Amino acid sequence: MKKMVVVATLVVALAAGLTFFLAQRPGKWPGVDESVIEKFAEQAGHPARKPFIDTDKGDLLLFFFLIAGAAGGFVAGYCFRELFPPKKSG
Amino acid sequence: MKLEQRFLFLALLLAAFALPSPAHAMHISEGILPPQWAGLWFAVALPFVAWGLRDLRVRSAREPFFKPMLGLIGAAVFVISCMPIPVPSAGTCSHPCGTGMAAILIGPSMTVVVTSIALLLQALFLSHGGFTTYGANIVSMGVVGAFTGWGVFRFARKLGVRPLVAAFLAGMLSDWATYATTSFELASALHGSGSLLAMWTTIGTAFLWTQLPLGIFEGIITAGVYRFIASRRPSLLECLGVEPARCPGCACQKNETSVVEGGVQ
Repeated sequence: MKKMVVVATLVVALAAGLTFFLAQRPGKWPGVDESVIEKFAEQAGHPARKPFIDTDKGDLLLFFFLIAGAAGGFVAGYCFRELFPPKKSG
Repeated sequence: MKLEQRFLFLALLLAAFALPSPAHAMHISEGILPPQWAGLWFAVALPFVAWGLRDLRVRSAREPFFKPMLGLIGAAVFVISCMPIPVPSAGTCSHPCGTGMAAILIGPSMTVVVTSIALLLQALFLSHGGFTTYGANIVSMGVVGAFTGWGVFRFARKLGVRPLVAAFLAGMLSDWATYATTSFELASALHGSGSLLAMWTTIGTAFLWTQLPLGIFEGIITAGVYRFIASRRPSLLECLGVEPARCPGCACQKNETSVVEGGVQ
């Protein structure tokens, strides 16, 4: 239990430290699609167009990312239990 | 669930919430490729998807653990390939692909299928990638990423390289190969009257500072997943054909009860 508490505390501390460090850095942290792909495409005269189904509106995209993460996590967890069932005690 | 497991789960949950909000990465966005290039990459991707769908039917009937493994790997590829990771050395975000890991475990043709599904869902709901660039994204992430990862792992094992090192190399090189292919797809469509090689090099170099550390990270993740399975349930690797079976046929019994088969916990 003690070991687990230490590990959990370290994980949270590491995440908090990383968040603080990244938040302090200047810049917008663009994805490489924006900083590389779309930049070269624009230079070549082929800029990206709006997606056909544009969910990038306000918090809508955040909502879909959260749903996608939760659904993916659920499916992964369900299959994981079938492949790696919990240990039987005794 | 034990108390300490709950505590660790809570800690991981807190850590996950500390991650930044959505961003996009490697997938080529909608409308960037001219129609003839978009069509060409569709044509290249199609036979691989068809091959994977045929394999899906055959292996699902033959291997009892294949379906849950496919579900697990599919979900992992979907989540990993839309998870932006900040790279402090470059000041940008990008994502790993997970296709090297997938190809080692379920084979390259099946990896093409799960990648196609992941990319379709991302284009539909997450404004990530696009429908006109769907074929190009399948080729770079699904086909090239998967076959590179699978080929590197098999080749390294044949040379006698230890499994963990082989898995690391497979994960790392499949990531780099994916981004090299994305660069090529862009350069071939956009170089105009300029040199294809020069533009390919320029785009590849622009990716380099982000993908160099991310590729190494993906290699570590791939080796970690391999180690987990090898220590928790090694017969699964034999059953899936990743490692040669010590006792042919024994490992794949559906009623196999062993949970921890003498491996390291």
